Amino acid sequence: MTPFLPPELLPVVFAALMAISVLAYVVLDGFDLGVGLLLPQAADEPERDRMIASIGPFWDANETWLVLGVGLLLVAFPTAHGAILTALYLPVALMLLGLTLRGVAFEFRAKASTLADKRRWDHAFFGGSLLTALTQGWMLGRYVIGFDEGIIAIGFAALSAIGVAVAYSFIGAAWLIWRTEGALQRRAVLWARRALWGVALGIIGVSLATPIASERIFHRWFDFPNILLLAPMPVATFALIAGLAALLRHMPLPEDALRRLPFWGAVGLFCLSFAGLAWSFFPYIVPEKMTLWQAAASPESLSIILAGALVVLPIIAAYTVLAWRIFGGKAMDLRYD
Amino acid sequence: MDATILARIQFAANISFHILFPAITIALGWVLLFFKLRFNATGDGKWMDAYRFWVKVFALSFALGVVSGITMSFQFGTNWPGFMEKVGNIAGPLLAYEVLTAFFLEATFLGIMLFGFRRVPGWVHTGATVLVAFGTTMSAFWILVLNSWMHTPQGFELRDGVAHATDWWAIVFTPSLPYRLAHMLIASALTVAFLIAGLSAFRWLKGDRGPDVAAALRTGVVMAAVLAPVQAFVGDLHGLNTLEYQPAKVAAMEGNWETRGHVPLILFAIPDEAARTNHFEISIPSGASLILKHDPAGVVPGLNDFVGKHPPVAPVFFAFRIMVGIGMLMIAMGLGGAYFLWRRGELPRPMLWGFVGTTFAGWVATLAGWYVTEIGRQPWLVTGVLTTSEAVGPIAAGTVFSTLVMYLVLYALLLSAYVATLFRLAKKAKALPEGEGGGNPISLARPVPAAKA
Ligand code: HDD
Ligand code: HEM
Ligand code: HEM
Repeated sequence: MTPFLPPELLPVVFAALMAISVLAYVVLDGFDLGVGLLLPQAADEPERDRMIASIGPFWDANETWLVLGVGLLLVAFPTAHGAILTALYLPVALMLLGLTLRGVAFEFRAKASTLADKRRWDHAFFGGSLLTALTQGWMLGRYVIGFDEGIIAIGFAALSAIGVAVAYSFIGAAWLIWRTEGALQRRAVLWARRALWGVALGIIGVSLATPIASERIFHRWFDFPNILLLAPMPVATFALIAGLAALLRHMPLPEDALRRLPFWGAVGLFCLSFAGLAWSFFPYIVPEKMTLWQAAASPESLSIILAGALVVLPIIAAYTVLAWRIFGGKAMDLRYD
Repeated sequence: MDATILARIQFAANISFHILFPAITIALGWVLLFFKLRFNATGDGKWMDAYRFWVKVFALSFALGVVSGITMSFQFGTNWPGFMEKVGNIAGPLLAYEVLTAFFLEATFLGIMLFGFRRVPGWVHTGATVLVAFGTTMSAFWILVLNSWMHTPQGFELRDGVAHATDWWAIVFTPSLPYRLAHMLIASALTVAFLIAGLSAFRWLKGDRGPDVAAALRTGVVMAAVLAPVQAFVGDLHGLNTLEYQPAKVAAMEGNWETRGHVPLILFAIPDEAARTNHFEISIPSGASLILKHDPAGVVPGLNDFVGKHPPVAPVFFAFRIMVGIGMLMIAMGLGGAYFLWRRGELPRPMLWGFVGTTFAGWVATLAGWYVTEIGRQPWLVTGVLTTSEAVGPIAAGTVFSTLVMYLVLYALLLSAYVATLFRLAKKAKALPEGEGGGNPISLARPVPAAKA
């Protein structure tokens, strides 16, 4: 197929598609994983059932965004894929272990014969979610500073691991505020309040540490005129955090008003943080080592994928919306019949 | 052990674990649709009961298929960076189309199919079931397109040692694709046929003799009776096609060392690669020539024509016999079962136990078949283009080894939990009082409208 876009533009388009998939993944599986992280805080087994029921119809499709993101990296930037995944071999393996445990626990716990057995799968659910969140944060940290070695790099990765886990539990709690009611919802508000503090600290910590850890990013942020262009972002972030904190202090509101707002606020925070990262890296795909153009696959192959993606992505969006509407309300018990 | 061997073992272990679950979900989706349509047509609650039981098995198998599939999608990059560097321009779009056209479809509608029963009108639920079944089949199609291209590559040119696509039509429809696709889809159907027959026979023997159990048992037996002979026929065609494109693989399957006529069909032997001969051979004279050339004097290529360039003989040879042996057993059991159902309306006890014993026979045959295909391709990863050792990555052996151990432990645990859960579900199904979780057609005819947000 002949390329229908200028070949220099294709890698940018694919980088954007990949960014969308990864962002969709961290938001969507982020709330699944966050609910998993909050599982031990639940009061009793019915509450845990309800929490898991709230994500049951979604998690599989949510996880598919990860497959698309990695798939796009693999197909559009094969050399970068090799470099990144080779550098992250071990955390990737551990993340896969976590995702596996979490994914199978959904089904096994629903079919457990004894309570003790079910509790074991609850632990697998929590452990899998935790392992996944931590390793994803760890990988993000390793990636940000270009896979440097040394104590600072490791410390930064550890900070990032905890930050991501906290952020996931925040969006998970916000999801539960939307999708549950009664005592569980009230507890979810508490969890969200607590996690929001963590999120604020995490964003500050990572924002301070990043320019220190990477000189290139320092210049990206603080050189003139970048600093002016960039200034609205931290302002917007902190306005959003303050707004969410104020809102959460009063939740749940009468008639369950604004129940969706914490979740969409969390989505906003994720988008802002993500935009900050994207700003810091462009045009590198392996920080400090490889740009988008150096890593891109052949234009003919990218064109044929793009043609398919342009047709299919709107369809995927349409049936995703359909599924969200069908499972729109408060979480109900999951039953196959 | 060096990293290449370890990476190969790790990839083989992961994909072997993965394929167990697609082998079930691909066909079980269509069987569930069949149950649902029978219910819609007849209103007989037994079909709905059968649906309810098997949808649980489907959900569990699907979850295991998804999580192990995610592992697979990372393995391409981590274990075979050389693969993507050399043929990424071809493999990439095929994998991308699989994600775009199949994975999202099945994953999204799975939620509606499993949990939407009370939330959507009946026809939407049936439609979701169709889309899930279609999605799993599409995903099998795309991945087999890639795999078939690796076996019989065409439609590309090498520029600076990197493959570039020249003809996508030729890349998608390679010579081995029709056979491999048909053979794999039927393999899935047979795996499901014996799973259904086996678990239903188990329930029957335990005294759980509801009409739904009988209906499922009958479905499984009839599927086996019809499809097992077809599978042998398709497999034979597949072998003829392979003879044309990968003669060394067929020579290893047949355990034939010399190129000659009147090649015997070996039933049993122990191939000895060092001495380049077979020990303890039991064979039918001229049998292989007859099968492969339709002529007792037909000349069949032997391994000695490919010294240094043929696959390890013993694993291919034995795996092939395991697959065909199980295929023959499946034909016998399918036809025997159908005969008893037709003449007596039920199966004799030993036959029921036979089905219980072969509950997972499809898994064994499917794995054996893949081992024939994949090991038979060695030393090539992409026939004539890329060898396996060229594709391996720079990960240290120790790292690969420790993750390999992790995967093996995990898979052993999950597999035993899976099998135990299936049999527990089968036992528990009976404990349910009449009607509970059972055929209450009213709740079906009047689905509760979607709850308001
Ligand atoms: C012939 C069938 C077949 C084969 C050979 C493979 N798969 Fe598979 N795969 C499926 C048939 C399938 C399926 C039927 O579509 C699954 C199984 C259960 C399921 O959920 O979908 C699936 C799931 C599945 C998923 C999760 C999809 C989701 O989120 O819904 C991924 C990422 C992969 N596979 C990737 C692979 C890779 C990289 C393979 C090869 C190396 C591979 N599969 C071989
Ligand atoms: C699903 C059933 C499959 C099974 C059970 C299976 C099994 C195996 C086994 C046993 C090996 C190791 C061969 C050896 O090293 O001697 C292997 C290798 C490999 N297979 Fe498959 N395979 C399957 C499907 C696929 C598919 C669909 C693809 C690609 C689209 C694929 C790609 C590969 C690759 C890249 C290797 C690694 C290189 C190699 O060792 O040959 N396999 N597979
Ligand atoms: C009974 C007679 C059978 C014959 C003659 C036969 C023949 C073959 C041949 C020749 C291959 C190798 C294809 C290649 O060259 O790559 C193959 C592969 C395979 N077989 Fe069979 N087979 C039979 C039964 C079965 C059964 C009963 C199953 C499973 C239920 C099965 C599952 C597979 C699978 C999954 C593969 C690998 C995928 C592929 O390449 O098609 N086969 N078979």
